[in-house]
Order: sequence, then structure tokens, then C-alpha cells
Amino acid sequence: MAGQSTYVPKTGFTRWLDARLPILRFIDDTITSYPTPKNLNFWYTFGGILAFMLGVQIVTGIVLAMHYVPSSDFAFQSVEQRIMREVNYGWLIRYIHSNGASMFFLAVYIHIFRGLYYGSYKAPREVIWLLGVLIYILMMATAFFGYVLPWGQMSFWGATVITSLFSALDQIIPHLGSAITTWLWGDFAVGDATLNRFFSLHYLVPFIIAGVVVLHIWALHVPGNNNPLGIDLKGPQDKVPFHPYYTVKDAFYLSLFVLVYAGIVFYAPNFFGNPDNYIQANPLVTPTDIVPEWYLLPFYAMLRSVPQKLIGVLVLVGSLVTLVFVPWLDTSKTRSCRFRPVMKQLFWIFAADCVLLGYVGSQTADAAWHLGDMELPLVWLAQLGTLYYFAFFWLLMPFVGWFERPRPVPESIAQPVLAKEGAL
Amino acid sequence: MRIAIPLLALAASVAGAAVAEDTSQALPPKEMAWSFQGPFGTYDRGALQRGFQVYKEVCSACHSLNMVSFADLAAPGGPGFTEAQAKVIAAGYKIAAGPNDKGETTDANGNRLTRPGILADHFPPPFANEEAARASNGGALPPDLSLIIKAREGGPDYVYSIITGFGHKPPRGFAVQQGKYYNPWFAGRNISMPPPLAKGSVTFSDGTPATIPNEAKSVVTFLSWASEPKMEQRHRIGLQAMAFLVLLSGLLFLSYRKVWHGRH
Repeated sequence: MAGQSTYVPKTGFTRWLDARLPILRFIDDTITSYPTPKNLNFWYTFGGILAFMLGVQIVTGIVLAMHYVPSSDFAFQSVEQRIMREVNYGWLIRYIHSNGASMFFLAVYIHIFRGLYYGSYKAPREVIWLLGVLIYILMMATAFFGYVLPWGQMSFWGATVITSLFSALDQIIPHLGSAITTWLWGDFAVGDATLNRFFSLHYLVPFIIAGVVVLHIWALHVPGNNNPLGIDLKGPQDKVPFHPYYTVKDAFYLSLFVLVYAGIVFYAPNFFGNPDNYIQANPLVTPTDIVPEWYLLPFYAMLRSVPQKLIGVLVLVGSLVTLVFVPWLDTSKTRSCRFRPVMKQLFWIFAADCVLLGYVGSQTADAAWHLGDMELPLVWLAQLGTLYYFAFFWLLMPFVGWFERPRPVPESIAQPVLAKEGAL
Repeated sequence: MRIAIPLLALAASVAGAAVAEDTSQALPPKEMAWSFQGPFGTYDRGALQRGFQVYKEVCSACHSLNMVSFADLAAPGGPGFTEAQAKVIAAGYKIAAGPNDKGETTDANGNRLTRPGILADHFPPPFANEEAARASNGGALPPDLSLIIKAREGGPDYVYSIITGFGHKPPRGFAVQQGKYYNPWFAGRNISMPPPLAKGSVTFSDGTPATIPNEAKSVVTFLSWASEPKMEQRHRIGLQAMAFLVLLSGLLFLSYRKVWHGRH
């Protein structure tokens, strides 16, 4: 889309249509002949995979909604009896949908970390990043609403814990937080009203995500793709048209991704699940451990790392809001970590930090590691991990950008390739 | 020798201390081999039918199985009863009936009207309501068994360990609560359920000896099917889906190589 349209209608009908609704020109410009860097690697296939996953979740979700009953009396039964046992292939659609959430997040995390590593958030691609952060937050909201719907023990208590976070605002303005919580619940406790509105929102938000995805791709198609070298395209020798080069590459890796996904759906459909969610919600029995789904664990660990509730909530919100500022926190002129020896190390420490936080989030609040006679409470690890999370963005990104001496960046994409082949 | 004996005694006491159990923790479930494990797993048909018998004659006295219908007993991938057999089984149950032609819901003696079960009916619960269930079980509520295998960490191994985990002597100093039983595989080790199985609790018509392990293995197989009645279909379709995807990936890889040939 960057640059002039190269579409030439060939038949009488397409010329006629092009003058009235240039939809074929649009498809040609944005998919068929859309110029793409020729060096995009495996990690760049996850954008397409994510679009596919959004489609899978919407289609399976619409079918599930045909059979689901959003009522605190019948929700559990409608899922576990009607959908899982009585509806034709209901079990398959349900397992595709529930594991689809995990695969969606797996893909989005790879996509986000790829963007961080290659500096895809830097000028002129800030808006792509911002829209991506918005999509990610909307995804978390959707996943949270969706997890409540089967109305198992973890659904109910997860909803209770997360919505109760708002009550921390009571510490700033008395009764404000509680009022917001009651407003969210639609009642004085998580119940039928809560379940109904969460169902409504769970159906709505994915379509908002789809809309933001359109903007995300639109914003991508203006400057065009970044690439592993993080340099701008210099000429035709750096580019290939999106079709067939990336349609076939994306399709191949999508197929491998679906292979893994199908393996989980058919052979380990409860791998990501929590056994407690096969017990119907019971407001009178609190599970021994309330654990969110794996993709929210790092944030859960950060929330719990602070003993004071309000500050914990602020840390949680801050960890997401921080992402908004990333394009301006990174002061380096070099985009790709390939040429940033210091940032590359810090990036991998950050990735490990997120995994560590996820691990701590999966453990009980009072868990500890025992090293001989030493006892290391995991909450210390969570605090250390939280500290690095914020320091990475707010301190290391700006300062490393100033002090680091990046390695020289190649002239063009074609140059290092040609050089490797001995032509230059 | 004079030194050896005290040393041995010391060693024995140290070993004893090492063996002393942490009774606040439940034991990890016994690891059993199940026919339904693995990507090609199927339910052992004989075990399903025997397990149904154990559920019917033993467990169902206290535990409901609300989500399983009599038709399921004859459904593909299940215990493999014929439809005629399932109808006979259903007819053997009394199901609470709706109002009769006169609008009555109880008979002359005040008992709830009932009718024989049909295929579409689900297993009737043993108690009218939660309060009745608790009143009959020392305050404890016997859980519904429709999803019990999926609702417990450890699944079939855990349930097997619980129902075979009775008869162990509690360690010294461990107090078994009034009206409860010692079961080291249960959280807290005090369980309200009395030992459910005994040698000869049922008489298997296929000649399988009615030992506790045989009864337990059968009923856990039956409950695993109750939790995941479409598993065999899932494994079968899964194999087809995986084969298709491997083939598709292979073809796409060849296309990818061909399209990019000379472009790198």
C-alpha cells in the first residue's frame, strides 16, 4: 500500500467494477502485490496465525453460544452435559474453543516478543504497536469473561478475585471501589447478573478486537513491515510481493501451528485446564488455591508481589500501561537487537523474567524454595521479577539506547545476502 | 560387636525418623496402567460393564451420576450394552414422575409418584436434595460422579488410590476424627466416606474375581468414561486430523521451497 497502486484491471467486468467499487484493487494492493521485505523469518508468521486464531475463536464461539445457557443455575450443565455430551461434536467445538484461547495467547506472546526484539514499535511504526497493545488488553478481557462462562469453581472464584480488585479504590475514596465492584457485578455478589453481562461482553469484545485488528493491519501497510535487520527497504531487490511468497510461507507455518493445536485438542484437551473448573461453582466453598489461566500468571505474580492491595493493583495496571510508552522509552536509533549487543542480553533476561513471574504466579502465595537450610520465599522472586519488569522498560530501554554502541547495520537487505553468496 | 549393636540401634532409630510421614500431606496417587491412556487408548469394554455394576450396586447408594443417561450405556464408545439391555436397565430404576391425570404428585400414602425409567432418563440421584444427602452421611456431601475423574488432580489414579486407600494404620499420634476414616491419599487424611469396596462386594458375571483392586479398576474405568464419554471418538478423529495436517504441512513445505527457490 505504501506507494502507488499497481493494479491493472484486465477484463471488461473488472474495469467496470474498479470504477465503482475498487475492491479488487484493494485486495491486490493489500495482499497480492503488497511489497514485503524478502528476509522475514519464522517469527513473522505469527501475525497471520493470530488472524486465523481470531477467526477460529469467533466461529467456534458463535456455535457454542447457540447451546450455552448464561444462567447460574444452568450454565455448568449446559456446558458439561449439553455441549460436551449431547450436541453433535459439541465436545470438539468446546475443546477447540477452550484450547484456542491458550493457543491464541501463545501466538500473541511470540508476536509481541518478536516485535520487542526487532524494534518493530519504533518510528514510523508506533501506532501499529499502540493498536497491538490495545488488542492484547482486549484479548485479556475477553479471555477473562470467557473463563467465567462454564461456571466452574475456578470461573466463579477467578471472577470474584479479579472484580474485587476494584475495591482497592476504597483506600483512595471510601466506598468508591466497593460501589464500582457492585456495579460490575450487578448484584452484591458474583451471581446470575454477573454471568449474564460477562456472556454479553464475551460475545461483543471479539468483534471490537476484529475492528482494531483491521486498524492494526492498516497501520502496518502504510510504512510496510519491519524486518529482522530493522532497516528500511532500499529498492526492488529488497522486496517480494506478499503473494505468493508470504502466503505460502505463512500457510506452511500455520499448518505446523495447527498441528500442535490439534495435538492438544485431541490428545490433551485438559492440559491447560484446572481440575477445579469441573466442579460446579459454589459460593460457599472457596478452592484451596485460586489460580488464573497460564497466560495471566505473570501479572498475577506482580499483583501478589506487593503486600498492600492498592499498590498491587496499581502495579498490575502499571505493567500494562507501561507497554503504551515503549516506542518513546527506547532511545536507540538501531531497531533490531541483532545489532544491539547490550539490549539483546537484556531482552533475553526480560523474556526469562516473564517466565519466572509466570512460574511464581502458578505457585501458592506462601510458597518457598528450600536450598539446604535456607528458605527462599517465592514472593521475593516475584518482587525481584516485578522490579526487573519495570526497570527494563523505564530505565534500561532509555539509558541503554544512549550508551550502547550498536554494531554496524547493513546498507540494505539485499547487500548482506549478496555478500554471503560472494557476489559482492 | 559391642559397638556394632548400639550403632545398629542408632541407625534403626535414624531410619525410623526418616520414614516418619508428614501426615499433613496426602500421598501422591498410585500410578496405574489404564487402557484409555495414550493417543490410541480405548476403554476396556469388560471393565466398563463391570464398573457399571460396581457403580450400580455400591457407589450409587450415596453418589449421583446426574449427567449420564441410560441411552449413553448403549452409545458408541461406551460400555457397549445393546439398546434392549439399556432399556431393561433403565426400566429397573424408579424415576420421579410428573403430576398424573388428576394432578396428583403423590400417592395415597404421600409418597412421590414414580414411573419406570426410559432411555432418555438420567441416573436418578440417591437423595432428594443436598440436605438429605448430608443428613445420611454424617454431614458430608457425597459428590456427583459424572465428572469426578476430570475434577480431581491425578484423575483416574487419584480416584483409584482413594477407593483402595483404606485399612492402613494411622501413624502414631495421628488423630482420626470421630465418624471419619483414615485414608492417606485424601487431603487431610480424614475422609467421611467409609471403605466403599470389599472382597466380594459384587459378583461379576464374567467370572472376574471380585477383589478390591479388580472392583476399583473396573469402576474407575467406568467413571473415566462417564467423565469423558466421547474420548474414543476424539482419539479416532484426532488420528485422521493429525494425518491430514502432516500431509498438508508436507505439501505446503514443498510449495514453499518451490516458490522461494532462487529468491533467498
